[in-house]
Amino acid sequence: MSDAAPARGLSRRALLGIPLVAAAAAGAGFYALLRRMEAGHYDPHAVDNPLVGQAIPDFAPLPAQDPATTGFGSADLRAALHATGRPILVNFFASWCVPCRIEHPQLMAMAGAGVAIWGIAYKDQAADAAKLLGEDGDPYARLARDENGRVSIDWGLYGVPETFLIDRAGIIRGHWAGPLAPETVRDEVSPLLRAHA
Amino acid sequence: MIPELGHFALALAVVIAAAQAVLPLIGAARRDAVLMASAPSLAFGQLAALALSFGALLWSSVVSDFSVYNIAENSQSLKPLLYKITGIWGDHEGSILLWCLILALCGAAVGAFGRALPATVRARVIGVLGATSAGFVLFSLTVSNPFVRLWPPPWEGQGMNPLLEDPGLAFHPPILYAGYVGFSIPFAFALAALIEGRVDAAWGRWVRPWALAAWACLTGGIALGSWWSYYVLGWGGYWFWDPVENASLLPWLAGTALVHSAIVVEKRDALKIWTVLLAIGTFSLSLCGTFLVRSGILNSVHAFANDPARGVFILVLLALVIGTALVLFAWRAPRLQPTGIFAPLSREGGLVLNNILLCSIAAVVFTGTTYPLFAQLLAGAQISVGAPFFNAAVLPLAIPLFVVMVVGPMLSWKRAALAPALIRLWWVALAALAAGGFATFHAALFPALGFAASVWLILGAFVDIIARIGLFRLPLATSLARLGGIPLAAWGSAIAHAGMGITVAGIAGMAIAEHRIVAVTVGETVDLGGYHWTLEDLHDAPGPNYSARLADIRVTHDGRVIAVMSPGRRSYPLQRTTTTETAIRTNLFRDLYAVLGEERDGKAVLRLHVNYLAPWIWLGALVMAAGGGLSLADRRLRIGAPLRRAAAPVVTA
Amino acid sequence: MIRRLILLALLALPLASAPLVAALAISDPAEMLPDPKQEARAEAIGRQLRCLVCQNESIEDSGADLARDLRHIVRQHVAAGESNKEIIAWMVARYGDFVRLRPPFEPLTWLLWASPALALVGGGVIVAFASRQKRPAPAPLSVAEQRKLKDLLKS
Repeated sequence: MSDAAPARGLSRRALLGIPLVAAAAAGAGFYALLRRMEAGHYDPHAVDNPLVGQAIPDFAPLPAQDPATTGFGSADLRAALHATGRPILVNFFASWCVPCRIEHPQLMAMAGAGVAIWGIAYKDQAADAAKLLGEDGDPYARLARDENGRVSIDWGLYGVPETFLIDRAGIIRGHWAGPLAPETVRDEVSPLLRAHA
Repeated sequence: MIPELGHFALALAVVIAAAQAVLPLIGAARRDAVLMASAPSLAFGQLAALALSFGALLWSSVVSDFSVYNIAENSQSLKPLLYKITGIWGDHEGSILLWCLILALCGAAVGAFGRALPATVRARVIGVLGATSAGFVLFSLTVSNPFVRLWPPPWEGQGMNPLLEDPGLAFHPPILYAGYVGFSIPFAFALAALIEGRVDAAWGRWVRPWALAAWACLTGGIALGSWWSYYVLGWGGYWFWDPVENASLLPWLAGTALVHSAIVVEKRDALKIWTVLLAIGTFSLSLCGTFLVRSGILNSVHAFANDPARGVFILVLLALVIGTALVLFAWRAPRLQPTGIFAPLSREGGLVLNNILLCSIAAVVFTGTTYPLFAQLLAGAQISVGAPFFNAAVLPLAIPLFVVMVVGPMLSWKRAALAPALIRLWWVALAALAAGGFATFHAALFPALGFAASVWLILGAFVDIIARIGLFRLPLATSLARLGGIPLAAWGSAIAHAGMGITVAGIAGMAIAEHRIVAVTVGETVDLGGYHWTLEDLHDAPGPNYSARLADIRVTHDGRVIAVMSPGRRSYPLQRTTTTETAIRTNLFRDLYAVLGEERDGKAVLRLHVNYLAPWIWLGALVMAAGGGLSLADRRLRIGAPLRRAAAPVVTA
Repeated sequence: MIRRLILLALLALPLASAPLVAALAISDPAEMLPDPKQEARAEAIGRQLRCLVCQNESIEDSGADLARDLRHIVRQHVAAGESNKEIIAWMVARYGDFVRLRPPFEPLTWLLWASPALALVGGGVIVAFASRQKRPAPAPLSVAEQRKLKDLLKS
């Protein structure tokens, strides 16, 4: 036997240990994901919006919700941001969307606290949206209607409701898909609003 | 009362399984014959308890006992009896109970058919199965209890997902689970061998029939699931590379490798450590397949109960089962002496190459399925890995596999020459080239390649048998007389390989399928694939727990009526869901496939397909499974056949 | 925060009609491009794009409303003569790499795309290692075996 034999025995042992190490690594990974899922930091179905950190997409003025108010386009949004120097929340919603009703109280509360929320009704009938806001209260400073959903696609929308936070320079700083829960408003939206105020 | 009985039996099963895990293993360690002999009885006892428990759930479902939460959630009184029975495994809790039942069945099967095994091996195998069982039955009892009561009981159940109310899906889970769980037996044999510290040719012979049986079931189960998604989901596809599908493909790939490497153990007393690892790996992948998809981590279409708390339990359980096995492997496998020298160019060399390719495909599928998770975890990036990736990554590995599948069996054991094998295959290669070349006139490169591969595989599968009986070389009568002498295992392997070829033909055929989406009024005719499709009528039709809207379509070819088919939509008021009912007419060489879409302005939107060779996809899988079954029937492999030492090389000298 | 997950699950409902896939992609035939070559190209692009709503289908396969809109957009871009690359870039700008069913070849996915080659190399390494292993010399023949051998040689 040469003196290389123990080394070879060792490497053989190491080779046979590889499956264990690989499985342990995979298991640790799955465990980490599971914990993050439990904590709400990881959702396999959520889609990160690539526009966060970028300027709002350009869009021509959308029609108004009803004849009494005027709709808005990206130019109006930028002008308002420039004029007030305060961030604006852009909220996509629809009267036919059940989860939108869940987040409605949170929007009302924020609007009451002086947060500027601009609404875009996604594929909605003007009458339906008007009826809903008449019943439940209207949190929106400005309201527009994206009838065919094209502008919403430019925002990377994949469902309603979705909410974007725009800073005064017109950069998207925050994005939330799904209804805003009170905790989300408290822990995420409000701090971000303050940071960009 | 009955549900409580079931609940109690479930608890009893945990206790018996725990005893089944402990006593035989202690017995084997101490060479205590009495303790070792307790193994089969405990396995039978556990099976009886679980059967009782399962029976209780079945009873509750059949009599629509909505005070049982699980039944109230997933059943309704109007549901047809068949689906009251099969609906049991349509939801998480019931399917876990079925899973446990099959695992208990495996333990009992080893108890019943493993009499010829050495006492210590049998005790250890049953003990390992008992330990696994104890964990999963405990999982069922604690966090997936199907017998939880609901008070007050609702007047009517919630009903089950209408998509699952389908005969194809009714039998898909039991067969698939039989495959998944069946691999627990080779797993238990692997652990027993590691504990014993000995793997020899006899071990290979014990493991192979169980692995084959499980493999055949898994093949059938996957095919049934794929067939279901083809005819129920209604968009003309059959395989979507969804994580759940991949999760079933992984143990199939590993199991296929196992079935082949066990041959090498049996014939050449080589590849032993690798085969032990494969046996562990296959069952581990089965476990991941059934359980990880339920944790909700993977982004899948299958909306199984996604409960992270359950997920943690599952993960701990998997870590215990798989971890123990791999620790045992890392610790004990180095003691298994490598034996059997072999030349790369030999039958066993071909089987090694087959193992490398199969495991590489499995590695690619595993990587692709989990890559988005780890990209998210480690880099915080969101990416998708879908069908275009898998098709592109698997194809380069599948092509050499198809080559080896035909050339490998032509090589002799120990040392072979390539040239004679290739000479025997020249006409197969020529036929494959001709088929591929002919196909390029009608199809793109990929389907043409598929047709060539299919001809190569189907013809190549029988070259060995043709050579053995001396067809065209000897008088026909002599050849036919020799046919009976061919061992069943040889038939089995030829048929299974040909089955793969049939599936490949189906896949290639689907790649040249034609389809059209049209909006037509009643009486209008459209053409597709040489057929004239006429919308004859649009009408409503009532059903037991749904209402349907049907479109009657007459399909003619050269003035002859080929088929009258009625695709439709069903709306289930209780579940507030609409399903599409695909209409399919097949003549085995092509499917006429029609789906009814929405109706607008007096026009119905129809999606029409002509899917060439589509049924071959699943037919091929059935043939594969049948090939596996045939091998299983071979006397030499039959479980319980008198044990002989592997033919020692000395004898032939 | 579990609640948030449940709410997110609800979110998908209004857009996707059936929770367990099942929706079927029947777009308005009027939306299909008249030129079969262009339509085939649009379909090929659509198959590479993941439906954001049902997620495990391509937009060509999905029956979701949004998928239909995206299919339509793809066709408009194809008709406008844009290249496949440009159209996919348009989608990625809005939905990120998540939308690509065929992940791009970039540092993050090198390992993924190399996985077939790596697996084969790994298999080769294991085989090479195993064949380098010293195997125990075959056991010397027993007395009985030697006798048998002698008999055999004699006959």
